[in-house]
Amino acid sequence: MSKFSLWSIIQNGLSRQRGWQRQWRDPNPREKYDVVIVGAGLHGLATAYYLATNHYVRNVAVLEKGWLGGGNAGRNTTIIRSNYMMPGNRQFYEHSLKLWEGLSHELNYNVMFSQRHHVTLLHSPAARDSAARRYNTMKLTDSDAELWELPTLKKEIPHLNYDNARFPIIGAAVQRRAGNARHDAVAWGYARAADTYGVDIIQNCEVTGVVRENGKLTGLKTTRGKIGAGKVGFAVAGNSSRLWQMAELGNLPIETHLLQAFVSEPIKPLLDHVVVFGVGGAHFYISQSDKGGMVFGGDLDWYKSYAQRGNLPTVQDVCECATSILPCLGRVRLLRHWSGLMDMSMDGSPFICKTPIENLYLNAGWNYGGFKASPASGWYFADLIANDRPHETIDHFTLNRFRKGVIIDERGAGPDPKLHG
Amino acid sequence: MLRINCPFCGLRDYSEFTYGGDASVVYPDLDAGEDEWHDAVFLRENIRGLQRETWHHVQGCRMWLIVERDTLTHEIVGVEAAHPEWAKVIQSQASEKKDQ
Repeated sequence: MSKFSLWSIIQNGLSRQRGWQRQWRDPNPREKYDVVIVGAGLHGLATAYYLATNHYVRNVAVLEKGWLGGGNAGRNTTIIRSNYMMPGNRQFYEHSLKLWEGLSHELNYNVMFSQRHHVTLLHSPAARDSAARRYNTMKLTDSDAELWELPTLKKEIPHLNYDNARFPIIGAAVQRRAGNARHDAVAWGYARAADTYGVDIIQNCEVTGVVRENGKLTGLKTTRGKIGAGKVGFAVAGNSSRLWQMAELGNLPIETHLLQAFVSEPIKPLLDHVVVFGVGGAHFYISQSDKGGMVFGGDLDWYKSYAQRGNLPTVQDVCECATSILPCLGRVRLLRHWSGLMDMSMDGSPFICKTPIENLYLNAGWNYGGFKASPASGWYFADLIANDRPHETIDHFTLNRFRKGVIIDERGAGPDPKLHG
Repeated sequence: MLRINCPFCGLRDYSEFTYGGDASVVYPDLDAGEDEWHDAVFLRENIRGLQRETWHHVQGCRMWLIVERDTLTHEIVGVEAAHPEWAKVIQSQASEKKDQ
């Protein structure tokens, strides 16, 4: 694979752009691999990449039932932040943010990571106290965090609705290093980089069953034939329960819910930050893409669903949030909306863990937060698969944490998956 | 739009209701073991296809319903009252009122 560089751009510029090659191969599955990852989303691709680079495990296949990055990788609002507070989550998401900061260089692929600040609006003294606790925790654990008073916020984002009598804005909690990235580029960047190390990315290859011998998984049955495997990793958020049941392992502490997101027609530069608005039951986040579209989203549709399409009341709710916080969007038209399948777990936190089958590993339960987590998710999952033991950071990202009473409930919402937004 | 045919109120938009969860979950006896409680509280079959689930008509009659719905297509196959005994009482009271 040729490396992207200033020199390659000049060279191709002079040769009518004829020198570019395809970015990854389209191989047929081999008979057996050391490691087979199911799911070529961001987490699966990142896992393959870190297996190849950090652990020198390169006889790896990533199986994908559709096309790579065609699930939740392409169905989110691309927000990246590490403002988590609970032990475990704090270290995990901070590690992820640090990986994001070097990702374009590491992959030699521009993922367009933009640290444009993540600004959470605050509407009451109680909200400010709660934010102070969370953001102080972040400062004390090697991250960056700030509380902005109203004059600073007004200077930074002058066109928010500051005249709302019911929910007046009194300030904001800010993480400057947070921001967003281009979702497709992340999938393509990881795929291209993993492929360079010999990882086979096999698309249009749906897993239909598992092959078990003497308590171990020896391979997977797929629509492209049987593929043998030394170790297997599941990274199929949205369909984790189905694959888990295919392996005859019973039920997971997960429900699949749908989350919609939206993009408007492109407009001139309007919003420099990621802005989050959540008060009185509303939940809303918005940023502007480099193309100019306003990218935003809100809550789940509130009922369990495997349909990758949402319902209209949520469209109305989210658009009402948009116009209440940014009234200037009132006449901007919606261009598209889409929905992804969320693995909503029982405490809002994920699983990267070993399973009852000794050579099977699970990566699931990402709730709303899978996009920002993908580099660290791949990093720790690769570490788990290669070394067959969890890193201390993900000690509690296990399935038995509910039994042990060490739930990681960031929101304090209790065991109801739909409430962990 | 999902529309639910409430046996008490008629066909209504789903936004009048709140989704409860999988209706097949049965909570064990209070003195049952930890394993049984763990499974009932935390584990879900997470069905892709026809599922019996609870909905609360919170902005209507406030009755709990059991809806049979396809979680892949959103098609609703059947709706019934979650507590049929209460339903009988309500319906008999309603018919008494009509007679008066």
